[in-house]
Amino acid sequence: MTFFRSHILVSIDPECQAKGAYQIIDALNDELVAQGLIGEVQVLETSRIGDPAAYGPDIMVYPEGVHYVKLTKDDIHNLVKEHFLKGRAVEKFLVEQAAKSDDELGPPKPKEVRVVLRNCGVIDPCNIEDYIAVDGYMALAKSISELTPEEVIDTVLKSGLRGRGGAGFPTGRKWQFASGSKGSPKYIICNADEGDPGAFMNRRVLESDPHAVIEGMAIAAYAIGSSQGYIYCRAEYPEAVRTLRIAIKQAREFGLLGSNILGSDFSFDLEVRMGAGAFVCGEETALMASIEGKRGEPRTRPPFPAVKGLWNQPTNINNVETYATVPQVILKGAEWFASMGTEHSKGTKTFALAGDVNNTGLIEVPMGITLREIIFEVGGGIKNGKNFKAIQTGGPMGGCLPASDLDLPVDYESLSQAGSMMGSGGMIVMDEETCMVDIARFFMEFTQEESCGKCVPCRVGTRRLLEILTDICDGKGKAGDIETLEMLCKQIKQDSLCGLGQGAPNPVESTLKHFRDEYEAHIFEKRCPAKVCRAMIRYEILEDACTGCTVCARNCPVDAITGERRQTHTIDPDMCVRCGICLQVCNFNAVTIN
Amino acid sequence: MSKVKSLEDLKRVREEALKKQAAKNTASKIQIIIGMGTVGIVAGARETLKAILDFIEQEKLQDISVRQTSNIGMDSWEPIIQIVVGDKPKVSYGKVTTQIAQQIMQEHVVDGNIVKEYVIEIQ
Repeated sequence: MTFFRSHILVSIDPECQAKGAYQIIDALNDELVAQGLIGEVQVLETSRIGDPAAYGPDIMVYPEGVHYVKLTKDDIHNLVKEHFLKGRAVEKFLVEQAAKSDDELGPPKPKEVRVVLRNCGVIDPCNIEDYIAVDGYMALAKSISELTPEEVIDTVLKSGLRGRGGAGFPTGRKWQFASGSKGSPKYIICNADEGDPGAFMNRRVLESDPHAVIEGMAIAAYAIGSSQGYIYCRAEYPEAVRTLRIAIKQAREFGLLGSNILGSDFSFDLEVRMGAGAFVCGEETALMASIEGKRGEPRTRPPFPAVKGLWNQPTNINNVETYATVPQVILKGAEWFASMGTEHSKGTKTFALAGDVNNTGLIEVPMGITLREIIFEVGGGIKNGKNFKAIQTGGPMGGCLPASDLDLPVDYESLSQAGSMMGSGGMIVMDEETCMVDIARFFMEFTQEESCGKCVPCRVGTRRLLEILTDICDGKGKAGDIETLEMLCKQIKQDSLCGLGQGAPNPVESTLKHFRDEYEAHIFEKRCPAKVCRAMIRYEILEDACTGCTVCARNCPVDAITGERRQTHTIDPDMCVRCGICLQVCNFNAVTIN
Repeated sequence: MSKVKSLEDLKRVREEALKKQAAKNTASKIQIIIGMGTVGIVAGARETLKAILDFIEQEKLQDISVRQTSNIGMDSWEPIIQIVVGDKPKVSYGKVTTQIAQQIMQEHVVDGNIVKEYVIEIQ
């Protein structure tokens, strides 16, 4: 192999081609010959570098990593002379590369195993070649050329992969049902309507490794005999939609989507559909209604989507993470995947760690890891050295687990038994200064808002729950409230059609179970133990610590603080609105909450 | 315009993609920087550069990158080359003819001994 000291990558994205990318390549080669550099510098084609609309045609020069944009063939003579002969970067065509910092996903922490997230931040999501270089589309090629659809399903079944959207239904079984259903055409849907507050695992995968999802969907399509797929992505993820569309376009150009993929009889194509911002559309039947152009409301099951799904045709619907896992299961084998995790929950799972924990962000851990390991080892412990109080798993419909559950292994069964759920992977860590009643009220506010209104228990029940919880937080709780809450929770769970209603009472039920004393303190003692609920707290100034600096008085928005300079100040509790500004601005820690 | 029509095609695309990935790998262990200002070129830096590239090819050296820079600021010493191996200090050599370049490549880069007689600066 000849040693080239420098490589020029020229983007041949269709838009760059239209703007003359091939003329640039010809001009480059001509100039390199003319200036005697042809044996030293190599010109290569690549599918995409920067945004072709803004920068095309553009080239990337390595090893310097210099990005030249908006070139014409007349510029090439000078460019080659200056850059490659004299070694000077030509500033006129340079584009400033913004320094990238990744707040969401750092380097793997101890105990992390990256399977789904392995390519995130490593490859360029807008360049299909980057994905192919890391064995991308090899699993699809293997499936089509070496395996029958039954063997593909069998591999997925044996791997023990379960739905990563939350319910944990075995993926292989789901494919079996769809495969066995009579009817044509069949559809493949990817549920990318990630709506849980604080959860962004799927967004990250779509934005950083979209081809893994596309490949997983194509494999599923091959397995069940489908030729059309839809990715239902929420409109709040414009970047993910944009990346997906670029990825689909490139996959089509490479012949990895479309008709007769890899010279076989198998054809498959994909479309991205955007949601309109309704949380309930993450529920599969509501999602399909939304794709059909109808109002996004769930319907009764059975018939399940595998029998009658999109446009009443057999449909397989999985979550982003499930599809992104599939190619590696096929490539590395069922045994490899099944070697990770617990008896009934195999593989790894991504979580969005949020709240009062030191290392917030995305993590991927093997199933069966304990909550304690996630919080204290991967997450680096509780912020500011405070104590752990509770962790909420599974998004707004999950439950809050107390310290006594810290050694619980994270798998589908253990979490459900403890009164929470796996969900799509949101994890909110709460420290000792969190009021559990207030948290329950917060989540209820979300689910109440997002209830589609089809079922009375969910529509009216969540509203009643929220009213009672708000009353308790406002210090207006009364005897009997806890019992009413319990009864409502039970009925909403029992009588709602879809997962939203069935899961909505979870935060209330679990906090009632584990933190009942806090509810009682609110109702009977009119006291908020965590000092959060405004109606039940008083801000006071400590006489010993106050220096009379007047900072608090000057900052109080309602002039509730009085006092002379160098004299102890006082807060008028009747005027005070409990905004907490005085506490923040005091330099002497003289303000306390009682 | 489907480029990939079979498994073989896909493997070929993967090989090409891997090559490009290698080209992107800018953090080579050994970096050779050649001063290619006008003075350097007049003094014969092109020939020096070619000699270095030839040497790398002959000896099939790996994990090495050759870069250019413009005038280093010591015109009377041109052609100048600078060699950085790993996290060791940067060594600048002056008046590097093609023969000296080959010698430096062998002794410094391959054997790991700085060729003291041509050193002008160690940073």
